Amino acid sequence: MAQKTVIEAIREGMDEEMARDPSVFLIGEDVGQRGGVFLASDGLYKKYGEYRVIDSPLAESCVVGVAIGAAVNGMRPIAEIQFADFIAPAMNQIIEEAARFCYRTAGDFNLPMVIRAPWGGGVHGALYHSQSIEATFGHIPGLKVVAPGTPADAKGLLKAAVRDPDPVLFLEHKRTYRLVKGEVPDGDGVVPIGKADIKREGTDLSLIAYGLMLTYCLQAAEKLAADGISAEVLDLRTIKPIDQDAIVATAKKTGKVLVVHEDTRFAGIAAEVMAIIMEHAFDALDAPIMRLTGPDVPAMPFNHVLEEAFMPNVDRILAKAKELAAY
Amino acid sequence: MATKTQEVEAKGGQSRHRSLGLSDDQALRIYEVMRLARAIDERMWLINRQGRAPFVISCQGQEGAQVGTAAALRPGHDWVAPYYRDAGVILWFGMTARDQMLSFFARREDPNSAGRQMPGHFGSRRLHIVTGGSPVATQLLHAAGVALASKQRKEDAVTAAYFGEGAASQGDCHEAMNFAGIHKLAVIFVCENNGYAISVPQSRQMAIQNLADRAAGYGFPGVVVDGNDVLACYEVTRQAVERARRGEGPTLIEAKTYRFTPHSSDDDDKRYRQAEEVAIWRQKDPIQRYATYLRESGILTDPVEREITERVDQQVDEATEYAEQAPDPTPDDLMTFVYKQGTVS
Repeated sequence: MAQKTVIEAIREGMDEEMARDPSVFLIGEDVGQRGGVFLASDGLYKKYGEYRVIDSPLAESCVVGVAIGAAVNGMRPIAEIQFADFIAPAMNQIIEEAARFCYRTAGDFNLPMVIRAPWGGGVHGALYHSQSIEATFGHIPGLKVVAPGTPADAKGLLKAAVRDPDPVLFLEHKRTYRLVKGEVPDGDGVVPIGKADIKREGTDLSLIAYGLMLTYCLQAAEKLAADGISAEVLDLRTIKPIDQDAIVATAKKTGKVLVVHEDTRFAGIAAEVMAIIMEHAFDALDAPIMRLTGPDVPAMPFNHVLEEAFMPNVDRILAKAKELAAY
Repeated sequence: MATKTQEVEAKGGQSRHRSLGLSDDQALRIYEVMRLARAIDERMWLINRQGRAPFVISCQGQEGAQVGTAAALRPGHDWVAPYYRDAGVILWFGMTARDQMLSFFARREDPNSAGRQMPGHFGSRRLHIVTGGSPVATQLLHAAGVALASKQRKEDAVTAAYFGEGAASQGDCHEAMNFAGIHKLAVIFVCENNGYAISVPQSRQMAIQNLADRAAGYGFPGVVVDGNDVLACYEVTRQAVERARRGEGPTLIEAKTYRFTPHSSDDDDKRYRQAEEVAIWRQKDPIQRYATYLRESGILTDPVEREITERVDQQVDEATEYAEQAPDPTPDDLMTFVYKQGTVS
């Protein structure tokens, strides 16, 4: 076990999967010589060569469309979208093609491919380097969507994604890349897709989050404990397929639930989590389910005052959790 | 005015197919697949107009471009990423009349999609036919990816990507040709230019006469060929295949052709093109033209023609009868294969 950052864990995960399986390769903008704009693939070009780490032209549909074709022909591509905000040109290939290959051929074709995309705000990235896309893509049957929040989960879920027979959208919160450190198990340490994880046990209320908000919720839980409030923190880790059992279990255990995400509010993941609880744990609730989310504005502005006004933070989580605890 | 015979002789005489390396049997096989593609399509229209099936989209008029190009590939070894008109291509690659009729009637047994997709959305992993959706030009990037994998594994398979000139307006077309050009991938881009994107004529789709000119912008050759001359299509594709297998990269083939039918069974082509124009092109029917050549070459005799007609008719009859009676999917089938490993909600 060693302490690593999220970005180190992702790099190691890719490196180990490429070493293990010659059909795994990386394609994306600046992933080769440059090592990726966040250095996620630093050193891999030198180690594996230009046809295992491919610098693509600046065209996202090309990155994903070529990856689809390679997956058809026996490869396991990892396609990197440089920022989640730039995934829109590839949406036709992701939604109409990748997500449909298996269904539209009744299983004759399947696409073992990963689409990695750095997402999320808090880095002065403004409207086009801060977006959250998990609800948009979580709505698409045929895709799997994961959003790890710790180094161990990032590495373990990346390995699971590479080995998965279906297309996986792998969301890496860019603020966590170097902010969040943690123990990463030696060896494979595969984390199964579709399983949430209780990151902190508690009895009074449940905080449900993923990505950067997981870190904030854990910090809030620590402060709540000082006030005598025992908060459980459930890390969804996978957005789709969502871990319904884990959500229902924590709701039944504490009877009070706050869902936190920085994605915009309307039809966000919180709405889905709340619906699951209403359908399966209504009788166990001691308070209305609450949510703390980004506001329904197009995206996060550049100015720091506006950015801070957009992002949920530890203080806001704390305030909302106290409101819930007092209900 | 030159007679048919003079035309044939001007293009290489009565042994033109032999000079291209095709045996008499192979030349007849090409003819039979063109005939089969046409016959299946004609039957589909008949059944559609009788109200027994909801939708048909046609290959008619483009069989020369389709079978001529596909015949230069190695089925099962090479790959194709066809578009929705390419019945001639996929029949050459091993699909059967029954497979197509099962798709037409959207039956559970349809090997393309188990009745999930409209007709014309071909796909078979076993036959190396990449599954296609309805958005156009996406398959061109898939073809580049298939060819990239061949290059990564140092295999000599060639991938042919088929599209109409309408799809050439899409960004994916540019992105695919650009990527294939950069990496000198073994891709052959076959544009079946039938002059219309549903109703929009070529003059409102592009400012140039020949789409093939665009190849220069991607660093590989572009070739214009008479798409209704099946042997000419074979010839240019064979050259493109040889080039691709040598590792020299892609070729863009623009086969000038025409569709005889409306865009689909839901289209009315009288709203945008003159019946006279269709009639002129029907005179250039690639099947009739090839039949004339084969007759004048002495290999398509009356008895051979009768045999072919009997085989084609029999396949279409058998396929229609089988497929129309084949079972539909069940409601439970709705939920399967969202993912490879069972259904995940």
